[in-house]
Amino acid sequence: MTATELTTPPRIGSGFQGSARDQIGDYFRNMRNGDMGALPALAGFVVLSILFSFLNSFFLTPLNFANLLTQTATLMMLAMALVFVLLLGEIDLSAGVTSGVTAGIFIVLVKNFGVDWILAVLVAFAAGLAIGTFIGFFVARVGIPSFVVTLGLFLGFQGLQLLIIGTGGTIRVETPEISAIMNQNLPVVVGWALLAVALTIAVAISLWDRARRARAGVANRPLVLMWARLVLIGIGGALFVALLSIDRAASRGSLNGVAIETDPILGVPIVVPIAVGLLWIGTFVLDRTRYGRHLYAVGGNAEAARRAGIKVVSIRMSAFMVCSTLAVVAGLFDASRIGVVTAASGSQIVLSGVAAAVVGGVSLFGGRGRLIHAAIGALVIAVIANGLVLLGLPAGVNFLVTGGVLILAATVDALSRKRASGGVLR
Amino acid sequence: MDVPIIELSGVVKSFGPVDVLKGVDLRAYAGKVTALVGDNGAGKSTLVKGLAGVQPFDAGEIKFAGNTVSLHTPRHASALGIEIVYQDLALCENLDIVQNMFLGREEASGGTLEEGVMERQASHTLQSLSVRTVKSVRQKVSSLSGGQRQTVAIARSVLKNAKVVILDEPTAALGVAQTEQVLSLVRRLADSGVAVIIISHNLVDVFAVADHISVLYLGNMVASLETKDTNNNDVIGYITGSKTYEGIPV
Repeated sequence: MTATELTTPPRIGSGFQGSARDQIGDYFRNMRNGDMGALPALAGFVVLSILFSFLNSFFLTPLNFANLLTQTATLMMLAMALVFVLLLGEIDLSAGVTSGVTAGIFIVLVKNFGVDWILAVLVAFAAGLAIGTFIGFFVARVGIPSFVVTLGLFLGFQGLQLLIIGTGGTIRVETPEISAIMNQNLPVVVGWALLAVALTIAVAISLWDRARRARAGVANRPLVLMWARLVLIGIGGALFVALLSIDRAASRGSLNGVAIETDPILGVPIVVPIAVGLLWIGTFVLDRTRYGRHLYAVGGNAEAARRAGIKVVSIRMSAFMVCSTLAVVAGLFDASRIGVVTAASGSQIVLSGVAAAVVGGVSLFGGRGRLIHAAIGALVIAVIANGLVLLGLPAGVNFLVTGGVLILAATVDALSRKRASGGVLR
Repeated sequence: MDVPIIELSGVVKSFGPVDVLKGVDLRAYAGKVTALVGDNGAGKSTLVKGLAGVQPFDAGEIKFAGNTVSLHTPRHASALGIEIVYQDLALCENLDIVQNMFLGREEASGGTLEEGVMERQASHTLQSLSVRTVKSVRQKVSSLSGGQRQTVAIARSVLKNAKVVILDEPTAALGVAQTEQVLSLVRRLADSGVAVIIISHNLVDVFAVADHISVLYLGNMVASLETKDTNNNDVIGYITGSKTYEGIPV
């Protein structure tokens, strides 16, 4: 060994060095080593979409695409809410009924008490926050397993919902602003404008990241990769908006020889920018703030986090507060789409939400998963329901297939992980 | 001999009726490795927890660089630059090396994490310890070997200007080659001017790396020796209580 080798130890890499080719090579290597993220779910979504589009000609129409989005939105919000507690290895079985109860509070305030809808929405959010605080207190401070606390609330809140709505009750949503979320579309030009804003933000953040890394004196990935990624996002976004900018009004038929003039239906559903915005904000918090880092740390090794000076109890409590608050959004989405709040609202959905998160690649053991995983998982589950209904298959098949996909996703995850750790299946 | 960076005199700690430390003296010097040995129940862990401020001592004097200080909370300890690497390492496997090294003390500006700054400091620290076994500072800890994890835990402890690093059984779970790596890392750590206190059951490791050996026996510091002036048999004798030390304490 020469003197220079002794005095200058080899620089330790960071995975950011190397040409675009090296980087892409690394990416696939990581994937083979079990770090697949949402890719299996994304692949599943694409395969299912292709399958259904062959089996049913209506599947790949703009109308069905828009339907799919609104059908997914509630589940997606709930799955995203659950990610915060799943990251800690906890669970919130009451997220669904929380969405139902808070939607119930909203609708009763508006309909029975004539409260202004904005105030009612705020009260619903405050109720969600209070529920989350309650769960967090019993889990993090009292030390009851979250499964038990939230199972208790799951049972109790079904009763509370009955009391709020009234036995057998169904209350119609007559607040135009809430109905609009799922049933109205943005003007085409606004859809494109929002896409432009989103892409501008994405470019700005990417450049900002590079500038920060450069200022710190550490390597950046090749610029071409950044642009390639942004262009892909841009193309995807453009296709998305374009597809939703086509008039998707149903059958332009004729009645007794007279052509029926229907109003065109076109534009991005209002729910899309809301969901994407929350997804983006949540991802930003989880990836780029101390709070997000601490959440992952507590989920990965709570004792290590505690010794590092992280307030584990506060982090635990906050995760339940975020989950229940986001569940309120899911409840309002559901009320908007169905058009009514019933005594049973939200009582069925929570396990689908957990399934969506797991299908997307979120670990139930904590520490692993991202919001986008939950969103993609929700798309997979929604596309199964959507496609099977189009094929005219009975609802029973839907549940069977969804269950099968969940087990398949968990298997893919387990196998890739075993391979990564050099386990028996290597 | 220069002033010890840390000097305990007459330290006492009891849990109810059980006296775990019965007036213990301990000294550690900058740039030196002090081995703390003793059989199970001798009080090693209690001594370390006292130094960490986790379980404060009941009585006794603690001097840091010649000044009397109090160690009542972990915050006091870390403010003085006393860092502990516990046997179970306390790393988050789902996070990468940089994230683990900065856990709980992340660099941030404007509310968002300064990944670049942390990455540079982390690789700088690893390089200053001449770590060659780690390929990328962005590797997840789950993908690291036991020796690499120990390396990360030690690097984490010296990231922020540590003066005293206490290592609890750093080689207990490691194979031969990895033990070798960690011991040479411990040596380099001391050579960089840090006072290292290493707790170990493995006397081969102790003799390989330590400058001083302090032996605890049932809550008393029964011997405190220069490594070069003693041998394996004598130390075993002190540890098991079958031999009594009559030299002048160093």
